[in-house]
Amino acid sequence: MISLRNVTTAFAARGKDPVIAVEDVSLEIPQGSIQGIIGFSGAGKSTLLRNINLLERPTVGEVEVAGIELTSLDDEELRQARHQIGMIFQGFNLVNNLTVLQNVELSLKFAGERNRSVRQVRAAEALEIVDITEKATSYPAQLSGGQKQRVAIARALATRPEVLLCDEPTSALDPFTTATVLQYLADVNRDLGITVVIVTHEMEVIKALADDVAVMEGGRLVEKFPSADLHREDFTPETSIGRYLMSEGISVDRGLSAAGGAR
Amino acid sequence: MERVVELLPELTEAMLQTFAMIGVAIPLAVLLGTPVGIWLFIHAPGGIAPLPKTHAVVSGIVNTIRSFPFLILLIAIIPFTRLLVGTTVGTAAAIVPLTINAIPYFARLVEQNITQLGTGAVEASRAMGATRGQIIRNVLLVDAKPAIIGSITITTVSFISYSAMVGLVGGGGIGDFAIRYGYYRYETDVMLVAIVLMVLLVTLVQWSGTRVARLTDKRV
Ligand SMILES: Nc1ncnc2c1ncn2[C@@H]1O[C@H](COP(=O)(O)OP(=O)(O)OP(=O)(O)O)[C@@H](O)[C@H]1O
Ligand SMILES: [Mg+2]
Repeated sequence: MISLRNVTTAFAARGKDPVIAVEDVSLEIPQGSIQGIIGFSGAGKSTLLRNINLLERPTVGEVEVAGIELTSLDDEELRQARHQIGMIFQGFNLVNNLTVLQNVELSLKFAGERNRSVRQVRAAEALEIVDITEKATSYPAQLSGGQKQRVAIARALATRPEVLLCDEPTSALDPFTTATVLQYLADVNRDLGITVVIVTHEMEVIKALADDVAVMEGGRLVEKFPSADLHREDFTPETSIGRYLMSEGISVDRGLSAAGGAR
Repeated sequence: MERVVELLPELTEAMLQTFAMIGVAIPLAVLLGTPVGIWLFIHAPGGIAPLPKTHAVVSGIVNTIRSFPFLILLIAIIPFTRLLVGTTVGTAAAIVPLTINAIPYFARLVEQNITQLGTGAVEASRAMGATRGQIIRNVLLVDAKPAIIGSITITTVSFISYSAMVGLVGGGGIGDFAIRYGYYRYETDVMLVAIVLMVLLVTLVQWSGTRVARLTDKRV
């Protein structure tokens, strides 16, 4: 279980008021579930996600993951605890000059696995989970976006974490590739029992994957509901932002005249 | 041309002196400048472990040494040179100011090489619970390697030309040879031969540096 209690995260800004990226958020995420976090750009989604593994230490509040109160740990203890929490990113964040296998090995190395052959075996197992074994000796530059994200998932899973944090993992991918990557996340959740937290600005992603949705706006968690509600005919989110995100669809005023030509 | 043959032993010696100066100064600069460059990156304001005050001091020292005109540095550190190598003239004595100048020069290049990498892989490593040392060794230096090899090349080329100035302390070398014969004795032919040799040396260094950098770069 992941438990955020009254988490507030402020960023000091020189000569200005601090930016409050996350404000008094409390959220319980049950073990083995998939939690979606949705909101507009700047709503504080990434900051909240980074609060879970303390990449960003909350200014106020407590964070507990898998029974460990992370906010009370010192740096060394926190490093150890992070081996239990995998993370993937929009930009994949692989090491370009390492092969796919070496990239995955890295998380095991960081977790203290000194035996190289043990690392290689376990890295290969992780690559198998996302069906990318045949790319083991390729370099990231030789992979497509979807393949890179699968390698990043393998890297995050190699240490057998309890939680997988995903910051817009499909925002750089086309819809088809997005579906593939989301499928792997669903499989990982189901087969390995890993709790998944996914940040996105696309309700489609939430609908496809999440058990629960948290809607953020201006640093606050403004609304929560089970994502199954999104499939109900009579469901309307309480907040206008929730309704907007649900109705998604882009409309642009190009300033065209009735005749269809430019003004 | 006869004159060149006549001077061949001296020319060879000058070439060897250049090799000695570059061969000691550059490896030392790489060995000592790399940690300084990494340090500057890590402890920069907004870096992985910001130490704004100390950073300002170290950065200031680096800038000071770098902005010293080489000839003035050469003279300014004569007491230090004597302390270190026991003499203030000759190739060994010339290596000291060359190295001292090359360390901050190389450090800045390394700092830039690492800064250009972007923060993504470091971020992922922090999330994986990596120590600072692990991030430096397994991520930053690995991804910056091709760029750092490029920096070694640039530094070597620059210091081949700097080394021409150490004639002032009897450092010798091919550049000094060119100056002595071309400038002081008006033996233009001899000077031209020396310059061609320098151009060849620089070309060779640049060519092999570029090649090695390309071989280690897996981004394409
Ligand atoms: N390191 C930081 N320093 C200062 N301000 C920050 C920092 N990180 C985030 N912020 C600010 O906090 C607010 C929330 O940012 P955050 O990245 O969490 O939003 P987000 O919902 O993830 O947005 P996006 O969809 O664009 O990724 C923004 O106003 C942002 O400018
Ligand atoms: Mg974000």
